[in-house]
Amino acid sequence: TAVAASTTSLGTRAPAALTLRVVAECSRSKARACELRLPHGTVATPVFMPVGTQGTMKGVTAAQLDNLGCRICLGNTYHLGMRPDSGGFQMVSLLALSEVTEEGVRFRSPYDGAEILLSPEKSVEIQNALGSDIMMQLDDVVSSTLTGSRVEEAMHRSIRWLDRCILANQRPDQQNLFAIIQGGLDPALRRKCLEEMTKRNVPGFAIGGLSGGESKEQFWKMVTLSTDQLPREKPRYLMGVGYATDLVVCVALGCDMFDCVFPTRTARFGSALVPTGNLQLKKKQFAKDFRPIDEACTCPTCQRHTRAFLHVLLHSNNTAALHHVTVHNIAYQLQLMNAIRTSIVEHRFPEFVQNFIKTMYGEVGHCPTWAVEALQSVGISLS
Amino acid sequence: MTKLIPIGCTRRQGYRAIVLRPGAQELENNFTMKLSLSRVVQGCRLGTLSNLGKKGDRCMEFPGCLLYTRTGSAPHLTHDTLQVISGVPAMTQLTLSSLAEHYEILEEYKEGIGKFIGMPESVFYCSLHDPVNPCPAGFVTNKSVSVWGVGGRLEMTVAKFMAIQQALQPDWLQCLSDGEALCADASSSKRAKKSVDRTLAFLDECLKLQEQSEVLRSCVMIGVIEGGDILEERLRSARETAKRPVVGFLLDGFHGDAMTKETRLRLISSVTAELPENKPRLICGIGQPDEVLECIEAGVDLFESFFPYQATERGCALTFSFDYEPNPEDMVLQQNGQKEGEENGEHIDKIITTKCVPETSFEINLKEKMYRDDFGPLVGGCSCYCCKNHSRAYVHHLLVTNELLAGVLLMMHNFQHYFGFFHAIREALRKDRLGQLKELIYRQAC
Repeated sequence: TAVAASTTSLGTRAPAALTLRVVAECSRSKARACELRLPHGTVATPVFMPVGTQGTMKGVTAAQLDNLGCRICLGNTYHLGMRPDSGGFQMVSLLALSEVTEEGVRFRSPYDGAEILLSPEKSVEIQNALGSDIMMQLDDVVSSTLTGSRVEEAMHRSIRWLDRCILANQRPDQQNLFAIIQGGLDPALRRKCLEEMTKRNVPGFAIGGLSGGESKEQFWKMVTLSTDQLPREKPRYLMGVGYATDLVVCVALGCDMFDCVFPTRTARFGSALVPTGNLQLKKKQFAKDFRPIDEACTCPTCQRHTRAFLHVLLHSNNTAALHHVTVHNIAYQLQLMNAIRTSIVEHRFPEFVQNFIKTMYGEVGHCPTWAVEALQSVGISLS
Repeated sequence: MTKLIPIGCTRRQGYRAIVLRPGAQELENNFTMKLSLSRVVQGCRLGTLSNLGKKGDRCMEFPGCLLYTRTGSAPHLTHDTLQVISGVPAMTQLTLSSLAEHYEILEEYKEGIGKFIGMPESVFYCSLHDPVNPCPAGFVTNKSVSVWGVGGRLEMTVAKFMAIQQALQPDWLQCLSDGEALCADASSSKRAKKSVDRTLAFLDECLKLQEQSEVLRSCVMIGVIEGGDILEERLRSARETAKRPVVGFLLDGFHGDAMTKETRLRLISSVTAELPENKPRLICGIGQPDEVLECIEAGVDLFESFFPYQATERGCALTFSFDYEPNPEDMVLQQNGQKEGEENGEHIDKIITTKCVPETSFEINLKEKMYRDDFGPLVGGCSCYCCKNHSRAYVHHLLVTNELLAGVLLMMHNFQHYFGFFHAIREALRKDRLGQLKELIYRQAC
C-alpha cells in the first residue's frame, strides 16, 4: 500500500508529495526494499544519504554525485538559512551556543553577541524557501546520555513543535514534513512519543535523539522499538547512522533511510572505507601499494588510481587527494546499500548479512555483541 | 633558398640541408618531435608541435600553455572534473620539486609518472621548480642543485637527477640548471657567468648519462638559457645551448621583479634570435595575460598555467576578455565584475570597504559582499561547468563558508578561461587580428 499523490480529473493534486511502494520484504527480519517517489525524483531504499551541510558535498560536484548514483542528499537548515554572513563563525557545535525555550532555539553568536531565534515556524519557512523534497520538524533534541525530566520535557515539546511545523508548512503538496521521534533511551517515553506522533498525518518519520554517546546496546533497542510502532507504509529515517555495520543491522531492524557525516568526513582525513573496515592511506604501509583502494569498487578513484598515488597526494597540499577519497567513500556507501537492497529483493538478505559480518570481522566471534543480539532479535543468526 | 639546420633531437652531431618551401615552413627533425611553423606575425610564432609522446602520436599548437599540476595532479581536480574542462593542453607540466622525494616509489612502480598519477594519455614536461613556490636561494653548487619537497631539501647531483628522471620517465625534462643569477642583492656579471657555465656543464654531463640509458633516451632534454640580466651571458648561453642536442629551450630567470620589463623583453628577444627556429621556446614564471603577449612577441612559444591557479587561491575568477570581435550582446554580458545597472563608482567603493582587492585587474574577487546575491555566472557567455551550473552568489557562499568546492569550481573556470585565452591568441595570429587582441588585453591591464 502506498500513500498516493493522486491526480483528480481536473488535474489538481491532493496534498501529498511522497509515495512509498514496498517492493520486497525480508521474510525473517524487518528489512524491506522500497521505492520512494518524491517531487524531484525516485529513490530506491534502503538508502544512505550523504551529508552536504552547507549546500555542497565537500569538494565533490553535483555532476560527480549524480554519476555515483546518488539520488538524495542532505542540507542543513541553519547553515543555509540562518548563518550570519561573518566568515569566522564556525558551526562546531550548535548546542553549545544555544538556549531552548518553548518559543524555539535561540542562538547567540560568540563573536558579536547577535541573537537569532530558530522557531518551528522559522525553520519551516526556511525549508519552504529551500524547496527540499523532505523537510524535518524542528525538534527539541537532548543528548542521549542525559537522563531525568529534561528528556521528558524535550519529548513533549517536540510533539508540540511538530504540530506547529505542520501548521506552518506552506507547501505540503511539494514538500514532505517528517516528524522526529524523541524520548531518549527511555522506552516508555519513546512509546509515548510514537503513540502521539503517529496520530499526526505526516508523510514520514525519523528516529532521532540517538547516535550520540549512548551504548550500542541501548541504541539498537530504541531503534527496534521505534520501527515496531511506526506504520509500514511510511518511510523510516534513522538519523545520524552511517557506519557499515550499523547500516546493515538497522536495515534488518526496519529502517529505510540513513544519513551521516562519517564517510565524507573520514575521507578528508585520508581514511578510505573498504569491506574489511578502512585504510588509513596516509600511513607508510601504503607507500608502495599499487592496488586500488578496493579491487571490486567501480568508483572513478578505484578505476584510475592506486593506494600508492593517493598516499603521495594525501601528503601534499593538493585538495584533489581529499576529493578522490570522498568520491570513493560515497561510492562505498551507495554500493553497500545497493547490495543490501538487491539481497532483500532476491530474498537472501539473511545470507547477505552473514557474509557481510564475516568479511568485516573475519569471524563471527569478533562481531560486536550488540550487533549479534540485534540481528538475533529479528531472526538472523550469525553462527 | 637552403638553410643548414642542426639535427636537434638525436645525439648525433651533424647537419642536414633542407629546402624551405614558400608558404608553410616545415623544419623537420628526423626523430621524435616535429615543429611546423605556419606563420610568424610581428615576431609571434604560430605553429604545431607533432610526434609528441612516447608513441609519437600527440600534437600541440603554439603559442600555448601546459597544464599546471601540484604533486602530479591538477590543483583541486580529479580526472572527472578535469576532463569537463574545454581546451586542456596536450602537455602537462610536472615539477621535480613535488615528485623527486618519491622517486624510490616510482622506481619500484616501474611504469613511469604518467601512469602513476592516472594520466596515461598525457605528454609530460618535468620542470625543476614550481613557479608558484619560490625556493630558497643559495643552494646551487658546481656539483648539485636542490629542490624543496614536503620532506625538506633534496640535493641532486647530475647522477641523482638523472636517476630520478629515469624513474619518472617524462617526455621532456628541464635539464639541471643554475637559475640563481639574480638572487643575490646585487646583480653581478660574475654570478651571471657562473650560472651559464654551470648550466652548460650540467647539460653536457646529463647528455652523457642519457646515452648510457635505454630508458632515458626517450626522455628528451630541454636546454636552459641562463645569464641573469647580462646580455653577453644570455647570448653565450643561447648559442652554446643551441649547439647541444636538446629538443627545446627554457628561458629561465625572467620572472619576478629582478629586471625591468624593458630589459626583460629586450633580453628575451635577443635570446630567441639566437635559437633555432625549429625548436620550441618555453618560459617559466610568466603568466599574466599582458606579459604572455609581450613574450610571444619576443619569440616565446610555450607557457605554464599557474596563473589561473593563483587566481583560484585568492578566491578570484578570471574575467578578462579576449574576445576582440565581440557581438554587441556579448559585450553587455562580459562586463568585468559588474552587476547590471551598477555604476563604476559604486563598484570601486565596495572594493575599498570590504578590503578584498583582486590581485590583478584580470579577475574579480568572489569574496566581496557585492556577489552575495549576484545570480549571474562568473563570466557571461562562458561555457565552463561552473558558469553553466552555478552563480557568483553560490561561489561567494562557498568561499565565505570555507568550503572545498569553491576551489574546485574556481579552478575549473579559471583553467578553461585561460586555455580559451591561448586559443584566442592562436586565432588572432591566424586571422591577422593580433593588434586588436593586444589592444583589448592591454586595456584591461592595470
